[in-house]
Amino acid sequence: MTTTTRLRTPRRPWWGAQPIGTLFALPYLVFVVVVFVYPLFFAVYIAFHDYIFTAPGVSVPTPFVGFDNFVDVLTDSAVLEAFRNTGVFLVIFVPLTVVLSLVLATALNAGIRFVSAYRVAFYVPYLTASVSLVGVWMLLFSQNGLINTVLGPLAPDPSWLVNSGLAMPTIALYVTWKQLGFYILLYLAALQNIPKELYESAATDGATMRQRFLNVTVPGVRTTTTLVLILAIILGANLFTEPYLLTNGGGPDGASTTPVLLIYQKGIQQQNPDTASAIGMLLVVAVGLLSLAASRLNRET
Amino acid sequence: MKKTTRTLAVIGAVALLAAGCSGGDGGDGGNGGDAGGTGPIDIWLSNNEAELAWGNAVVEAWNAEHPDEQVTAQEIPAGASSEEAITAAITAGTAPCLVYNIANAAVSGWVRQGGLVNLSEFEDGDSYITDRGGENVTSYQTDGAFYQLPWKSNPVMVMYNKTVFAAAGLDPENPGMATFDEFLDGSRQIVSSGAAQSAIWPSPTSEFYQPWFDFYPLYLAETGGTMLVEDGAATFNSDEGRTVAEFWATMYSEGLSPQEASTDDAMSAGTTAMQLAGPWAIASYAESVDVGFMPVPSSSGAEDVFTFADSKNISMFTACENQATAWEFLKFSTSEDSDGQLLENTGQMPIRTDLATTFGDYFAANPIYESFASQTERVADVPSIDNSVEVWQVFRDEYSSAVIFGSESVDDFLTNAETEINGLVGG
Repeated sequence: MTTTTRLRTPRRPWWGAQPIGTLFALPYLVFVVVVFVYPLFFAVYIAFHDYIFTAPGVSVPTPFVGFDNFVDVLTDSAVLEAFRNTGVFLVIFVPLTVVLSLVLATALNAGIRFVSAYRVAFYVPYLTASVSLVGVWMLLFSQNGLINTVLGPLAPDPSWLVNSGLAMPTIALYVTWKQLGFYILLYLAALQNIPKELYESAATDGATMRQRFLNVTVPGVRTTTTLVLILAIILGANLFTEPYLLTNGGGPDGASTTPVLLIYQKGIQQQNPDTASAIGMLLVVAVGLLSLAASRLNRET
Repeated sequence: MKKTTRTLAVIGAVALLAAGCSGGDGGDGGNGGDAGGTGPIDIWLSNNEAELAWGNAVVEAWNAEHPDEQVTAQEIPAGASSEEAITAAITAGTAPCLVYNIANAAVSGWVRQGGLVNLSEFEDGDSYITDRGGENVTSYQTDGAFYQLPWKSNPVMVMYNKTVFAAAGLDPENPGMATFDEFLDGSRQIVSSGAAQSAIWPSPTSEFYQPWFDFYPLYLAETGGTMLVEDGAATFNSDEGRTVAEFWATMYSEGLSPQEASTDDAMSAGTTAMQLAGPWAIASYAESVDVGFMPVPSSSGAEDVFTFADSKNISMFTACENQATAWEFLKFSTSEDSDGQLLENTGQMPIRTDLATTFGDYFAANPIYESFASQTERVADVPSIDNSVEVWQVFRDEYSSAVIFGSESVDDFLTNAETEINGLVGG
């Protein structure tokens, strides 16, 4: 494949072998460039300058400041705490999502009764706007909410959403529940692609149900697991709505602040796009490294 | 490999093209607006229903007289807050001529962006503003000039639910909660009697503007109107600041004020007995709650305390082409007639001298608003300082930590916030 490409390359004009195809792809390419590539490079530029957004035509000096913005954010304890909080979130959210969605997808695939009802039940939270679901969770997890009433004397004090040790785990639980339907769907599709013969021959060899799950299902959906891992990491790193609404803007006392919440505060509210961009760059690099690690670790050896 | 290079080259070329396009329209100049220009203008109003009704009526009256200088009014475009919508509009060059909902805290940032017109540069700019609002309005200046016209205030007082007070055994007509100690005792009585689940429920969320409705009004009362920052330095690391912070810390630690945000309107739901609010609240709660008002508490319990003005002002934007028309309309909409209509429509207090005597008939007919009118003589706003929003965010974060959640001491909060804020306003 690679060899043929290389051989044919020199003779091909820059618009490719299929000019019509390139033409069809062009609108999307322009879209990606305008809404993604250009802003990304612009953000890199902003992160290395003392930058503010001005009215058109107003020129304000925006000197190059090297790594000053990065030094600022990396010495800001709030930023470090936000990254730490995201770490806590990912440690709970990613494994929980992978395990739960794979197990539930396998169960749904095994032909249990009322499959469609379960599918809908898992998928509805994913489709519903976070804003409205957060309202329900606030009622459930508030001081005098249903959960605490049921727990009675076992209810945590301070309550879930204002407890600095429990705020981030509660958010992780919420996001896991909300997003689960999507990941189950990915796994359901992957499960269809595992040849039935593998299960049959495993059964013939005397494998138990658990062994079949671990030795046939899990390796069979490996590529999907990589996808789920990467998507979950990206989603977790971009956490905003939940800490903004569920824990009142990253509370209590910053225990559920996330980098994106700080980007919003610094970039939009406080008009410091330069430090906000620096946090954004750090986030891009961190997510990139984590995703790379996830796909490496999960690669077939 | 080569393929990748080529793709990158294409992307790079298009990116440059896009950058070129967006750079191109930078040339026409944000200050391209003409100070002498007349003609049609656009204005933005807040989405408060009563204010919209007032604004549309004023615009209609103006348009009838000025066929060549028509004014078009619309609501501020939707956004998380009007400040965010306005910041975006300034950056994009799509700001209207006038916006009737300017919070002082945002002004310094917009001046830095080059988004606001210096009203002091109009011939009668300074004189019109100070004649209408009195000498005190100089606190709204940025770099010694007016980039906003101080328009109306909503002095913050303690609003309370008379029914809940009666159930708790407090006198609804004269609760006697003027000092901090009395306020704490009354609050304990409300909660322990079961009349309401909490005594007062300020929003415990982390937005930068929340201090304006818990710490700040009481701090202004305690200090007789000392702003958070004066002469380039934080003022609150003082006995007065400590007293107010400790008062709120007690409210939170004793569970008289909840650490969680309310899931609905706590006042209407009856889950709290009090709220800090301005006169706008009278109309809002008229149907649902029998409310009374008292001045914010202080350690002395004085009747004539200061409080937070919570003013909303009017600014002109550099994107405006017909600035002369905009200035004339600004004066028209803040004339004595228009101000009277504003008061009648919205219950909010126009920032003008002799408010109570100018609109004496109105206050005689609506006595519940009278206490607000006399309160307008003793109000202060947020200081006009650089990095204003950042300063308030720092203050809020430290305050939350110490006062709401008790995870650091009040003294640490005052010292840390002072150091950090002095770095921001001095730098």
